[in-house]
Amino acid sequence: MDTMTVAAGATLTPERAEQRLREGFPGAPLRRQEGAAVRDHTLIVPADHLVEICTFLRDDPEMDFAILSWVGGVDYLPRQPRFEVVYHLLSIAHHCRLVLKVELPEENPQVPTVSGVWPTANWHERETYDFYGIQFTGHPDLTRILLPEAWVGWPLRKDSPLGYQEVAFTHNTPERTVPDPDLKKLAPKKVKYRAH
Amino acid sequence: MTLNMGPQHPSTHGVLRVVLELDGETVVKAKPIIGYLHTGMEKQAEYKTYTQSIPQTDRMDYLAPMSNNLALCLAAEKLLDIEAPARVQAIRVLLTELTRISAHCVWLGTHALDIGAMTVFFYCFREREKVLSIYDMVCGARMTASYFRVGGLASDIPLGLLDKCETFVDEMPAHTDEYEALLTKNPIWLARTREVAPLSRRDALALGATGPTLRGSGVKWDLRKDLPYCGYDTYDFEVPVGQNGDAYDRYQVRVQEIRQATRIAKQAIERIRAMGEQGEYRLRDYKYVLPAKEEVKTSMEALIHHFKIVAHGFFPPVGEAYAAIEAPKGELGFYFVSDGTPRPWRMKVRSPSFVNLQTLPTMVEGRLVADVITAIGSLDIVLGEIDR
Amino acid sequence: MAQEKDNPFRVLGPAPVRPAESTVKPVGAGPGDTDELIREEVERGVLFTTVGGMVNWAVNQARANAIWPLGFGLACCAIEMMAIVGPRFDISRFGAEVFRASPRQADLMIVAGRVSVKMAPVVRQLYEQMPDPKWVISMGACASCGGVFNNYAIVQGVDKIVPVDVYVPGCPPRPEALIHGIMKLQEKILASPVEVGSLTFHARKKKGRGAA
Repeated sequence: MDTMTVAAGATLTPERAEQRLREGFPGAPLRRQEGAAVRDHTLIVPADHLVEICTFLRDDPEMDFAILSWVGGVDYLPRQPRFEVVYHLLSIAHHCRLVLKVELPEENPQVPTVSGVWPTANWHERETYDFYGIQFTGHPDLTRILLPEAWVGWPLRKDSPLGYQEVAFTHNTPERTVPDPDLKKLAPKKVKYRAH
Repeated sequence: MTLNMGPQHPSTHGVLRVVLELDGETVVKAKPIIGYLHTGMEKQAEYKTYTQSIPQTDRMDYLAPMSNNLALCLAAEKLLDIEAPARVQAIRVLLTELTRISAHCVWLGTHALDIGAMTVFFYCFREREKVLSIYDMVCGARMTASYFRVGGLASDIPLGLLDKCETFVDEMPAHTDEYEALLTKNPIWLARTREVAPLSRRDALALGATGPTLRGSGVKWDLRKDLPYCGYDTYDFEVPVGQNGDAYDRYQVRVQEIRQATRIAKQAIERIRAMGEQGEYRLRDYKYVLPAKEEVKTSMEALIHHFKIVAHGFFPPVGEAYAAIEAPKGELGFYFVSDGTPRPWRMKVRSPSFVNLQTLPTMVEGRLVADVITAIGSLDIVLGEIDR
Repeated sequence: MAQEKDNPFRVLGPAPVRPAESTVKPVGAGPGDTDELIREEVERGVLFTTVGGMVNWAVNQARANAIWPLGFGLACCAIEMMAIVGPRFDISRFGAEVFRASPRQADLMIVAGRVSVKMAPVVRQLYEQMPDPKWVISMGACASCGGVFNNYAIVQGVDKIVPVDVYVPGCPPRPEALIHGIMKLQEKILASPVEVGSLTFHARKKKGRGAA
């Protein structure tokens, strides 16, 4: 674990946090995300237990994850479950980071809001809704935040286009192949090159 | 009365819209509306390789472009599980701290201009020009540098850069004294910023604020010291912390940060001199980092690696990584999800100003309308970063 | 040279026959010619010009040397625009020191930065709120053509929304480049016609050069 996730000599490690979480929620189906290149300690939690787990992580004095760094969404089309919502937690007192993930299906992706636990989640969840269309139940004001209010569609989904517009050059605009005659005056005279 | 501080406003530091509900001069409700600069950078990053996304990051927090480059490079390096050599880290620290000085200078100039002190604006931009000419020397562009690469730098630092940086770093404390002489004990400044736009410690933590906004409220949290990166734990510096969480404390925190950044930059210059003014500027891991041109012309493997990296980009392992740095505005982090191809599957940017702006309603509700300007100024937001 | 600049006090009449030189040159053929003629005419106490040329010159000089930009910085180019207000690249030399906050008092809209789809109606509204005469400089690659960002969120060039007079390329353009753009705009202003009521006064054409 590098020093950007757990400080050297920190009192809490993500493994210990996972252990405490399992002690606090014995029945809940938690699992650690597998993968050699998953560089942060990631726990996949069920959506219905999310708020209790987050409250426990915030209030337990041994862990004290007081700051929610960010909430983001990822679209794994064509994998099922399609969406993931990622929660990055930060414990200032113990110099430790932890990642939670919730997996959501493609039809009607819904997850309860954590803005009651950390008020900072408000705008992060709005942004995730704006980009992916994921509903956060219980959110005080779930409206678009970065795109215009009247925008239709969820731009960051993998099946939404980038919106690339073809740039007009002379080779793909056939009616404009002749440059402006005045430009000839600006053209440099022919230069003879010599190879030395 | 509902008042719209529209996207075009001289004091909103970009295209921020704040809808204020006023009762006389008191603000009853403030609602910031953002998105007027939304650029679709996260979507566009899925269509570009990691290195091609580096110029995009310059345009995010455009006052501190090298900080953004650093955050992306560190996230990609964490994903690849490589570490840049010590000399590269020292150069990165030097340029990032000069960036911090430049960003805080712009903040101070524009914040003071909003409150009414015009002279500070001219002084600060004068210093900023010196940092911009250092950028120009290093990478050719004044503002949008794109100088860091995954595993190293784009090119080695030129001869004479260290002398120029040293001259700047030696004269910076005198300039900082100038700014403080103009503002710190100025009764107008004190009246406009003391006990204005307060943010309590509890609110700052709950709302996820980071950077000087959090430190001004009394929480001693700086990623450079607490979750260090780039060798910051070997440098000798202090982290200024405020007490009351008002605009004056945030001002003090940032001005002291300019002083500390000068200190770190001086140490970094000495280290680079000790390691050689010209030397290695890239990691020698050719699977991910471009090899040196001399080797490309002589060694077959290096040529093949060069071809692969330039034609396709490097192939990271399937996984994900998040790396955060202490940018001038707060915790700036990049989250990459990789599917094994040279283009990231997802790039998410945790921008500090996006989160810090959420504290605005807490700061100004119940206060006077003129304090809204002070609050926005003391938050130090950059709309390019908020809207991405 | 006096006649190289747009001097309305230029002699209009046909060149008098000159007994001294052997060849008869038309008016303005050589640099020394018209100069002498003007001097001769002035010495005789008669000057020819056009009223329209004079009005146009006076009004356009006033407009060009006192352009008041609208404070409209969107993104990174705004910082370079702020740099031209700063002490090193001083824009107040060009009369443009006052960046008006309100569009009702501004002449020039420098669109500095990328125009997103949410911002486009605001740009249009600000342009329409500016009174005539007004000009637009599109500063930077993003405002000119979309720049680095060719995607769903950015309008590919602000000229899709407002008519642009000068495009300044760069990402961001150096402050000197923006000042060059403003000077080009000044040349354009000096060459444009002035409408007073139903009368239109045109600028005197410069010799030897096409349109600016």
